[in-house]
Amino acid sequence: MESVHALDLKGPQTHEKQFLTFRLDGQDYGISILKIQEIKGWDKITPIPNSPAYVKGVLNLRGVIVPVIDLRLRFGLKEAVRDIFTVIIVANVGGRLAGIVVDAVSDVINVAADQVCEAPEYEGQQNREFIKELAQVDGKLLVLLDLDRLVNPDSLDKTTAATSVAVNG
Amino acid sequence: MPIDMRQFHQTFFEESLEGLANMETELLRLEKAGAENGQETVTADLEILNTIFRAAHSIKGGSSTFGFEDVVAFAHVLETRLDAIRDGRLRPTRKVISLLLLSVDCLRSLIISARTGKEGDNSAIDDVRRQLESLESEQPSSPASTVPVSKTPQGKISHWQIMFRPHLHLFHTGNDPLRILRELNDLGECHVQADISSLPGWDRMKPEECYLAWKIELIGPISRETVNEVFSWVAEDCSLEIKLKPMQSLAPRSIAEAVASMDAQAGTLRVSVPKVDALINTVGELVITQTMLSLIASNFSFDNLSRLFSGITQLERNTRELQESVMSIRMLPLSFAFNRLLRLVHDMSQRLGKKVELVFHGEQTEIDKTVIDRLIDPLMHLARNSLDHGIELPAERLAAGKPETGRIELKAYQKGGNVVIEVRDDGRGLSHERIFAKAVERGIVSSSSKLTPEEIAELIFLPGFSTAESVSDLSGRGVGMDVVRNNICSLGGSVEVASQAGRGTCFTVRLPLTLAILDGLSIQVGEHTYILPLVSIVESVRIRPEQVSRPAGSSEMYGLRKEYMPFLRLNELFHIESRSTDLSQGLLVIVEAEGKKAGLYVDDLLGQQQVVIKNLATHYRKVEAISAATILGDGTVAMILDVPGLIRLAHAGTGHATPPVGDAPASTTATPTLN
Repeated sequence: MESVHALDLKGPQTHEKQFLTFRLDGQDYGISILKIQEIKGWDKITPIPNSPAYVKGVLNLRGVIVPVIDLRLRFGLKEAVRDIFTVIIVANVGGRLAGIVVDAVSDVINVAADQVCEAPEYEGQQNREFIKELAQVDGKLLVLLDLDRLVNPDSLDKTTAATSVAVNG
Repeated sequence: MPIDMRQFHQTFFEESLEGLANMETELLRLEKAGAENGQETVTADLEILNTIFRAAHSIKGGSSTFGFEDVVAFAHVLETRLDAIRDGRLRPTRKVISLLLLSVDCLRSLIISARTGKEGDNSAIDDVRRQLESLESEQPSSPASTVPVSKTPQGKISHWQIMFRPHLHLFHTGNDPLRILRELNDLGECHVQADISSLPGWDRMKPEECYLAWKIELIGPISRETVNEVFSWVAEDCSLEIKLKPMQSLAPRSIAEAVASMDAQAGTLRVSVPKVDALINTVGELVITQTMLSLIASNFSFDNLSRLFSGITQLERNTRELQESVMSIRMLPLSFAFNRLLRLVHDMSQRLGKKVELVFHGEQTEIDKTVIDRLIDPLMHLARNSLDHGIELPAERLAAGKPETGRIELKAYQKGGNVVIEVRDDGRGLSHERIFAKAVERGIVSSSSKLTPEEIAELIFLPGFSTAESVSDLSGRGVGMDVVRNNICSLGGSVEVASQAGRGTCFTVRLPLTLAILDGLSIQVGEHTYILPLVSIVESVRIRPEQVSRPAGSSEMYGLRKEYMPFLRLNELFHIESRSTDLSQGLLVIVEAEGKKAGLYVDDLLGQQQVVIKNLATHYRKVEAISAATILGDGTVAMILDVPGLIRLAHAGTGHATPPVGDAPASTTATPTLN
């Protein structure tokens, strides 16, 4: 936490934003740290009947029922084997809590405004709506995600029909 | 250091609104007392008067502290009049009480607009204030004033708008408009505006012709005949328009809005001190038990085992007591909801010209605050319905051999885990023919179908159904009973109707005691645990596989003692692995909701327990056939099944198809929610 505070002080002067980075199927992603409530290890998750496959279920977070989304399944990737690095990032988007299952969290990094660029659009691209921007950090590509869309219950609804057909088909 | 007064505003608003509600109740009591004595003039009960006066006085005091000048000014006028009544200088007649009730409305809307910061329409309020101010001068000095009060209906102050446009030759008839205006001025408060638009230029003006017209506003206890009389001499020689300006209602919409926003705000709760004392006692005991337990744990030996067990038993008892006292804090007597009806019935019966007595029984029955808040609207609707459609006009009642005064009875009592509220009237009852005819007309049923009286009565709960002959602003707009039913269903309750032609109608509302805790039965399906609300369980039986049938390729049915009901395999419904596919290994739980039964096939019954309801929609959304979630003793989450939703699913025959997710009509899902 010490280092985070130190970075925080530097932040406003250089127009940098802080992101929590995590790994998913070999790719680095970032979420604005302001939206993160906590990071917790794997816990028992109760499935919700008849919900899309990527909604893993709900979790008891100190008496609060929090839905958990598997980001791999959300992006249409293969489900990973759970290991000691698997964590649930608990995000707070406009008062709503949601847990996000990722392969492993990496770091908290500062991203300056000039490091960020718009995500390009091309044919056959999937899940474009979840990508907010791209950033180059230390020569590596970091995908900055739009968390609001990712965990919005309405956007969960929209894709529900397609997914449940896929599950049963 | 200046104190930020705004932090106290909320308390002031709440106390004032509460005070106003008290005033209202007391005023109605005052009026009722008068009615029982059969007198127009009420003998004032000093106790009641004092209560009313105190409420007005503290509102005045509070508002002047916080600088709500409008409220102060109005409350002051009101207080002066109340003081006069208290001293016997002013007689509290029916008319005065009506005016005082109106003043309560005014104060309420002033306070609400102070709270929301929105400027309301003040003309109606000023109007009431003027009437209040004119009360004293009129009443004691001239009991039989020149303008008899009885001439206007209910002795009300009328607001006349007169457009007086004399013909050009008026002067030739020997009439002088000035005389008319003077005469009007003598009748009451009079505002005159001259219309000079038809005045020609100087060169063309003839002095013997009358070019002027007047717009007159006349306020006072004046009947139409009196006004007409003034103009009787000139009626032939002018165009005259006399209109009654509609008394502006006190923007009921904005009040409703404010009340709604009040609900949305995390409202505060007033709790009686004994309840808090009980809570503190229980917590005290809990602390003692905890100390004892940690003492045993710190130097534990097997000799202490029996003490440990007794300590745990004590802890259990403390926890239950704590739970009960916390829950009781949320409980309010139903009189909170019932008293709101007093005013409604009072106003409406006057407007409709019906005589009604409102009787309460068991209004001290307590129910969760959340339920009360959301119960007021449906109850008001039911009472309105009884008054408008049920209770007949006095003459009609006498002709039918019934007492002239109708009776609406509200009765509340506890039955099991439910609170039952009956709204009963002794009116004309439901007209089955008319309901049926209406349903045929609306295309809801075909004219050839044969329905039992009960089925016909059920029709009134369908959306858009109203048999009122004329649409009034009271009821009969078709947004009616279906909304009532939906509101009550959303509280996890039910509503039924029973009626007897000529004898009356009775609506029975059943509600759960609380929305926060539920008695449930935990069941096992595969690896998962689900909770079934205990109230919806009829019985559980061992499955006889030969009783499971699938007639004509439809969904499965189960025959239990010659009764056939849908057979629901929870594992298939929820797409989870069952422990075994052998039917005889599992159990069948017969559930019932909304009068329909279904059999749920589960692997095992785990036991009965109380569960705390946690809303799924707080962080996720509503899920079909799931009403909420809860946390079990081991910290895992379990889903609480929504039995009506499951049964709907079963009756829709979609037991095997993948149900569309998330499109369950939210209004009909019985999902108890917590605020």
